[in-house]
Amino acid sequence: MKIMQKIGLGLFLLAMLSFSFLPFVGSYQLEADIVRAETKDIHQEAMLEILQPMYGKSYDSNIRFIADFNEYFNAYNEGLKKAEEWDRVIWDDYAFALTKAASTGPVGEQPYLYLGITVLLGVIGALLYILPLYRGQPEGIKNDGIFFSSMKSRGLIGILTGSWLILFYIVLYWFPEYLTNLVLMVDPLSMALSGNPASQWFLYGFVYTLAILVMGIRMFRKYRGNNYQMIRTASVMFFQLAFAFMLPEILVLLNMPWHDFKNIWPLDYSFFYDYRLDGMLGSGALGMFMLVWGIILIVLGVPIFTYFYGKRWYCSWVCGCGGLAETLGDPYRQLSDKSLKSWKIERYLIHGVLVFAVVMTAVTLANYFMEFELLGYATNELHTVYGFMIGSAFAGVIGTGFYPLMGNRVWCRFGCPLAAYLGLVQRFKSRFRITTNGGQCISCGNCSTYCEMGIDVRWYAQRGQNIVRSSCVGCGVCSAVCPRGVLKLENANEEGRINDMPIIIGNKSISIKS
Amino acid sequence: MTGLSTKSKSKHFVIIGNGIAGVTCARHLRKADQNCQITIISGESKYFFSRTALMYIYMGQMKYEHTKPYEDWFWEKNNINLIQAWVSEVDTDNKQLIFSDKTIFDYDVLIIASGSKPNKFGWKGENLNGVQGLYSLQDLELMEQQTHGISKAVVVGGGLIGVEMAEMLASRKIPVTFLVRERNFWDNILPMEEAKLINRHLLEHHIDLRLATELDEIIGDENGAVKAVKIDSGETIACQFVGLTVGVSPNVDFLKGTAIELGRGVKIDGYFRTNIADIYAIGDCAEFLEAPAPDRKNIEQVWYTGRMQGETLAYNLTQAKPVKYQPGIWFNSAKFFDIEYQTYGFVPPAWGKEFESFYWEDQGGKTAIRFLYYKSNQQISGVNAMGWRLRHEYFDNAIQKGFQLEKVISELGKASFNAEFYQPFHQEVLQQYNTQFGKSIKQSKQSFLQKLIGSRL
Ligand SMILES: Cc1cc2nc3c(=O)[nH]c(=O)nc-3n(C[C@H](O)[C@H](O)[C@H](O)COP(=O)(O)OP(=O)(O)OC[C@H]3O[C@@H](n4cnc5c(N)ncnc54)[C@H](O)[C@@H]3O)c2cc1C
Ligand code: SF4
Repeated sequence: MKIMQKIGLGLFLLAMLSFSFLPFVGSYQLEADIVRAETKDIHQEAMLEILQPMYGKSYDSNIRFIADFNEYFNAYNEGLKKAEEWDRVIWDDYAFALTKAASTGPVGEQPYLYLGITVLLGVIGALLYILPLYRGQPEGIKNDGIFFSSMKSRGLIGILTGSWLILFYIVLYWFPEYLTNLVLMVDPLSMALSGNPASQWFLYGFVYTLAILVMGIRMFRKYRGNNYQMIRTASVMFFQLAFAFMLPEILVLLNMPWHDFKNIWPLDYSFFYDYRLDGMLGSGALGMFMLVWGIILIVLGVPIFTYFYGKRWYCSWVCGCGGLAETLGDPYRQLSDKSLKSWKIERYLIHGVLVFAVVMTAVTLANYFMEFELLGYATNELHTVYGFMIGSAFAGVIGTGFYPLMGNRVWCRFGCPLAAYLGLVQRFKSRFRITTNGGQCISCGNCSTYCEMGIDVRWYAQRGQNIVRSSCVGCGVCSAVCPRGVLKLENANEEGRINDMPIIIGNKSISIKS
Repeated sequence: MTGLSTKSKSKHFVIIGNGIAGVTCARHLRKADQNCQITIISGESKYFFSRTALMYIYMGQMKYEHTKPYEDWFWEKNNINLIQAWVSEVDTDNKQLIFSDKTIFDYDVLIIASGSKPNKFGWKGENLNGVQGLYSLQDLELMEQQTHGISKAVVVGGGLIGVEMAEMLASRKIPVTFLVRERNFWDNILPMEEAKLINRHLLEHHIDLRLATELDEIIGDENGAVKAVKIDSGETIACQFVGLTVGVSPNVDFLKGTAIELGRGVKIDGYFRTNIADIYAIGDCAEFLEAPAPDRKNIEQVWYTGRMQGETLAYNLTQAKPVKYQPGIWFNSAKFFDIEYQTYGFVPPAWGKEFESFYWEDQGGKTAIRFLYYKSNQQISGVNAMGWRLRHEYFDNAIQKGFQLEKVISELGKASFNAEFYQPFHQEVLQQYNTQFGKSIKQSKQSFLQKLIGSRL
């Protein structure tokens, strides 16, 4: 390791440490004014009273502040619940907003400084480490030492990293009030982009985009010489930065609903939720365009593009989840399980989630159009369950937190309902396949090992069979790492694409079907 | 003493060796016959693994588990019995095998697929600690131990395993001196330009390549470990590890003294039959009495031929009418550090007057293609490619049918197997062809629509 890389790694670790501890600095003081400003009119009176004991009291840690808040707030709600006064219970979550507003620490005063010693320092450290990678070495993909690396082969460092990510996601989704310092630090940025203060989702989107950009640069180093990898990586970097991060914020600046034009239902499972539909319908021509565009993508975009290019047009070129998996997740691709058993589980799970998403959306729409009171309850329940189990726990906590434990495509492989839909089209009606080059396979297993989707590519390649699998996201890495030039991602005539009983070229004695 | 195997009415096929040849044979036996009994015996490992992937384990690119082409349940599901043991004797009279622990095992039909072992040429010091070949899993483990913490290695022998060993050591940042007897790397197989291209690439990877150099002796220290090698120029090179990769030969020592006829390998006819009824041999260990084709050797020591021999023997053992082994158009491939090599058909290192060669090399000197063709009718006899993947199906057909050079050159886009968005070298080749032969042939062009949908040519 070059000295610069060591410095980079050191800076990155320092940045991670400060990012992890920053949430716990500063002091908090709640005043009636703050409560008045941050609560809805209907709750104002109650909230002002509930939180009265906290006014004027200075807390030197958010943990104690939040503990007190929860105590008073829950006591109030519990009392009402016991008395079965359901309509007076406050269901809104004010913990995040109030904690953020009550913060009087240094972060709010000098957000740029803290952004600098956490995120910016992390980016600089990572780049110092990444840019010198493979310098002075001939072009060629090197996977040397991956299984000796504790980080990349589920060693202690990998497990610690996974645990950190899992913890971060749990706090982000369910306890964002503990992250207010981090959110405060990106407030000015959010104000500049959308004219609004930052939420935890802005923070997340910001860090997420940076991760794709920085690790995308790593992809350029690692796969240099392989144009397919370069172009594909540039594409996910672009779509994340422009479509997922910048454009939605600009829309908000223009008083439009936050909207990611490349996100497609059912991955974008809330697309048909009433507030989204109302938001789009209430935003004039652009809002109408959002709705129509979204529907066109679902009914025409997915089948047509997938027919011509395979599901890769989305999963490894455009999608945000895919974008993170292909960049931040690339060092973990070898950890996906290749067993037949995991393939079975995969098919049950992913199609199960698809069915769930479709049923939920059907109920939602029925409820929306008929304004049928009975379905209202079912809709809410379904939304809550889906949002918790699939949207947050599966896609977020497991999807990304498990990168260092189960590989970088856990969500895309086992959970994503859009991937399931794209996969059905790819499997049954597409010009895309991975062609196996006659009899050249030596069964070495590089392709299977580095398949992030857990496809046992070798199983097909060694019997001279093309790979046509619904889960293949077309990342092209099997082809890139094959030492014998056996695999090629291709769009071509459907004829001859699926060869169930292949004959391996080269033996004239017999034509044996493998 | 009775055998271990339970008596049954169906035939018991016993295969010695779980390499590609033995395993392919077993799989196809099972496909053709659901009832026969199949046992594979191997001393090296219980489960089939890919020998060609040994280097990647050492390089940390894969683990041993990843080199197994079939999951462990596969064998039980297909009712193929696996035994890990060394066969030390074959009793052809009683149709029995004797294991190294003296267990006796019956067979009805015996298939010998025992592979190869690394050559040694009686060099002084070749048995010192730190001196070894690379063929088996056990060799790999030994290499792991013997190269731990060392600061210098020497690899002797410029073949495919030699260059792999050099790459393995280099991946662990161990400086390597590579002794190659030939004037250019592998030039007993590669024409000079290709061989030189690889020479340059090895140097680029900081391999201390010594061409036209032979090993004289290996020098040990007082503990019986290697401390240096002496080469034919008289120079000594200090090192703590010597890789001997000077070819392999059939692993048939355990058959010496049996009635089975041996040459260098187990002697077989075109149907894989040995001189003893019900005993066959396939793969690296087999020596054909007559070479299977004019451009083939009597002993075929590559992965693909092991597979094809296994398929064909299984067919012969399960079908009424056996067929003679008849390999098709030759093909092979390898990778030298970052440069992939593929070959189809007949391209010897030097050729007779009836042939002509067309060679193109990229300016960067890392991509090249050579066609050998008959002067008389311009039909291609074979192709070599460096850093350029070619479509097997296309060339198998082109060589069999005798496509003319010009046709192949104009169809190179279609014949190429490079990944999408790869540099379109075929344009340059076409240009060179046109200049060299004063022609103006054109590439079959893609329409705009074809380009848009990224359709293959
Ligand atoms: C490092 C390396 C890299 C290679 N790379 C390539 C390549 O890229 N392309 C290519 O085409 N070829 C390659 N080869 C050659 C290829 O691996 C062999 O041609 C092929 O494996 C031979 O297969 P086989 O089934 O005949 O024998 P083997 O794979 O050698 O299997 C024979 C088995 O029988 C066992 N056995 C032998 N004797 C006994 C006994 N008495 N009792 C019990 N068991 C016994 C052995 O232990 C062994 O496991 C490579 C070889 C090596 C060593
Ligand atoms: S990487 Fe290539 S040679 Fe190795 S198993 Fe896969 S297809 Fe076969």
